Amino acid sequence: MRIVVLVKQVPDTSDVRKLDLNTGLLDRDAGEPIVDEINERGLEAALRYKDDNKGTEVVVLSMGPENAIKSIRKALSMGADSGVHIVDDSLAGADALVTSLAISKALERTGYDLVVAGNESTDGNGGIVPAMISERLGIPLLGFLVNMEITEAQVSGERQGDDGTANVHAGLPAIVTVTERFDYARFPNFKGIMTAKRKPVDTVTLAELGVDAAEVSSLDRTEVISAVERPARTAGTKIDDDGTAAATLVEYLATNRLV
Amino acid sequence: MAVMSQYQPPVKDIAFLLEHVVGYPDIAALPGFEHADLDTVVGILEECGDFMAKVVAPTNRAGDEEGARWQPDGSVVTPTGFKEAYQQYVDAGWGSVPLPEEFGGGGFPRTIGLIIQEMMMSANMAFSLCPLLTQGAIEALLHYGNDELKQRYLPKMVTGEWAGTMNLTEPQAGSDVGALTTKAVPRGDGTYAISGQKIYITFGDHDLSEQIVHLVLARTPGAPEGTRGISCFIVPKFLVNQDGSLGDRNPVHTVSIEHKMGIHGSPTCVLSYEEATGYLIGEENKGMRIMFVMMNSARLSVGTQGLAVAELAYQQSLEYAKERRQGRAIGATEDSPIIDFPDVRRMLMTQKASIAALRALMLLNASYVDHSLHEPDEDARKRADEIVGLLTPICKSFGTDLGNELTSLALQIHGGMGYIEETGVAQHVRDVRIAAIYEGTNGIQAADLVGRKLGVRGGASVREFLATMREVDGQLADAGEQFASMRAELKTQLDALEQATMWIFQNGMSDPNAALAGSSPYLRMWGLCTGAWLLARAALAGQATGDPEVAETQLVLARFFAEQILPQCSGLLPAVTAGARDLFALDASQL
Ligand SMILES: Cc1cc2nc3c(=O)[nH]c(=O)nc-3n(C[C@H](O)[C@H](O)[C@H](O)COP(=O)(O)OP(=O)(O)OC[C@H]3O[C@@H](n4cnc5c(N)ncnc54)[C@H](O)[C@@H]3O)c2cc1C
Repeated sequence: MRIVVLVKQVPDTSDVRKLDLNTGLLDRDAGEPIVDEINERGLEAALRYKDDNKGTEVVVLSMGPENAIKSIRKALSMGADSGVHIVDDSLAGADALVTSLAISKALERTGYDLVVAGNESTDGNGGIVPAMISERLGIPLLGFLVNMEITEAQVSGERQGDDGTANVHAGLPAIVTVTERFDYARFPNFKGIMTAKRKPVDTVTLAELGVDAAEVSSLDRTEVISAVERPARTAGTKIDDDGTAAATLVEYLATNRLV
Repeated sequence: MAVMSQYQPPVKDIAFLLEHVVGYPDIAALPGFEHADLDTVVGILEECGDFMAKVVAPTNRAGDEEGARWQPDGSVVTPTGFKEAYQQYVDAGWGSVPLPEEFGGGGFPRTIGLIIQEMMMSANMAFSLCPLLTQGAIEALLHYGNDELKQRYLPKMVTGEWAGTMNLTEPQAGSDVGALTTKAVPRGDGTYAISGQKIYITFGDHDLSEQIVHLVLARTPGAPEGTRGISCFIVPKFLVNQDGSLGDRNPVHTVSIEHKMGIHGSPTCVLSYEEATGYLIGEENKGMRIMFVMMNSARLSVGTQGLAVAELAYQQSLEYAKERRQGRAIGATEDSPIIDFPDVRRMLMTQKASIAALRALMLLNASYVDHSLHEPDEDARKRADEIVGLLTPICKSFGTDLGNELTSLALQIHGGMGYIEETGVAQHVRDVRIAAIYEGTNGIQAADLVGRKLGVRGGASVREFLATMREVDGQLADAGEQFASMRAELKTQLDALEQATMWIFQNGMSDPNAALAGSSPYLRMWGLCTGAWLLARAALAGQATGDPEVAETQLVLARFFAEQILPQCSGLLPAVTAGARDLFALDASQL
């Protein structure tokens, strides 16, 4: 079984995040680049299956600038077997359509039984790329899982909503997205870090994936029309208790849709 | 991994020192370290630091508040979280990094092992003592154990699955190890029956590992008096079967554990040996030689504890200084964070510059350890070993003295909050206090420097090192006006150090008491000078990187240390050269 884990390199959430107001894009130099935590959780789930099932191959796939190799190496040091790195200058600022195209092509090239993605990235919060990949590859998507069970032939799990829990399953190949309910990832160990240096990473450009530049530019692309700074925080609302505080509070919560 | 921790591993500072100040690339070029290039090492340290901050550091408070507990059945329970963190530490393999590949280690330089220790000790000093003592026992076995003992014990000790201890101290035998009375009687089958009582044994018992391997100093029947009659034994908590599995409990019992000022998470045990089975390491009566091998290593690690806890306390005090508002600084129009007051800045800069100096000093010592073991040329190995001998007492004492002083400054920055246990900074002051006492008190270190190390090769060894330190003068002269004050101060203070050294050379033989009387201030002069010298080198290296921010930081730290801390050195000269007259002028009854 080959499990491909999609890994996105994002700026550290504990650092300050900044939008470049000219391009409307995230200023990636502002924070230390790290593996998106949600992807680490996905990787952990894949690695646990591998721990129990010899012959499982875990591949990490990342689309990102040159330095995204750091995130791939980190995933390799945690136990993934190999990496695929899509690097191409024309991908800078790629939107979901372009991203899903590039990743789908890379998945076709690498081969997969199961694709594990995060439900949404910490930086973009789009949450749409996995669905687009599912569409492009024609494979089922099990989104927003809170847990997952993998067998030779299928993947299943639970999805929790406001109204209840759905038990979902799909035959392989399939793509799943995991939520924060999945466990934290293991720490890379010393031996893992040393062996990661020798594990293969396939670095590919769009051309090598058979995507031609014309196709990319012909896609309808998301355009950033304007970007504004987050408004400064305003002072909170203070309710003085003159006997009616409870009622005022309830009304406040209701009008602000907080209850 | 979203667990936030207060401890931020200073990997960038460390990487700078490795690359630019202590010549790590030369170590990586030594035979056997091909796999340990700087890039690989920095990658490893980043992950290791992350581990220490996220897994070990969160156990530090609970360790202090709960402490280790002795159970009525004689077992010892460690505080909440220690067991899990230790298991993760073993799984991650961090303890094995600097140990030989032959026994499952990573074969990395000692320098890298020391950095891993620093980060672990910052994260939780009490916790770190378990791996630290294990390392001591490993080294004794590695250098002096026979093949059978090595094969049987080392692999699991290298992974950390089995822990180790060091049993020297007895009620009447502390600084004077030679006074110990624990007996080892040969049984005729190659083993010995060990009987006696050891006190203050760190992690003498605990629940972190299934097995504990005690390294015990004892006397065989008819052994010579004093240190020449000491032998060294391995006494496992559980006997080990032929197939490597654990067998019967060996009769070594934990009588009690101490109630201490700090490092509450580390059980300090009274151990009673009742004809426990022991295996001799090396030869009978050669135990002290084994101890000397381990001593340099353990003393450097303990010196680094001073640095490590100071680093943690500094980080905490810096955060506090930025947040706490109180009064107005000169020119301010609203209440100022206390970091804006000059006196608070002084405390912060004193910490930061001293920490930088200490770290450079510890890493320099460690780098000479690596050279002393791995240089292809024998003369180079010998010289490196001399320098290790000279720097070790300085690292141990100066590191732990500053550990006390700097953590106290960090507490001071917190004002009244600092004195309140809930703030957590008082713990650092309490924890680090022991480091100046164990592993040879700082007074014993000073005596070692004056009594043993100065005399090496008739004093030539020390003179050569002083000359090496003076070489920085020319580089500072070429580096421009900004380096002028540092250069002048270093020259003045190295002159004072040389003068003190000459005085000891001239008077030490005829009046040893006079030399010993000034030994502690003399050691501090060394600490100040080596620290300032290394910071000056760091400043030069910072300038050479071409990175303006690095250049500025390094320059300011070195200049501050040279202008404002280093001058203490010549102030100590009178104490070094005063002799013992006034120390003994009053009768004990008049004191
Ligand atoms: C928390 C803790 C953990 C410890 N862990 C271990 C351990 O794991 N294993 C172990 O074997 N021991 C351990 N020890 C013991 C420790 O190493 C000794 O306490 C230390 O060596 C000092 O010995 P002492 O307490 O007998 O003090 P003493 O030797 O009585 O010293 C008292 C004072 O006299 C001074 N002094 C003594 N002799 C001289 C001299 N010749 N010249 C100048 N000054 C002198 C000392 O500097 C000190 O200031 C530990 C102690 C503590 C408190």
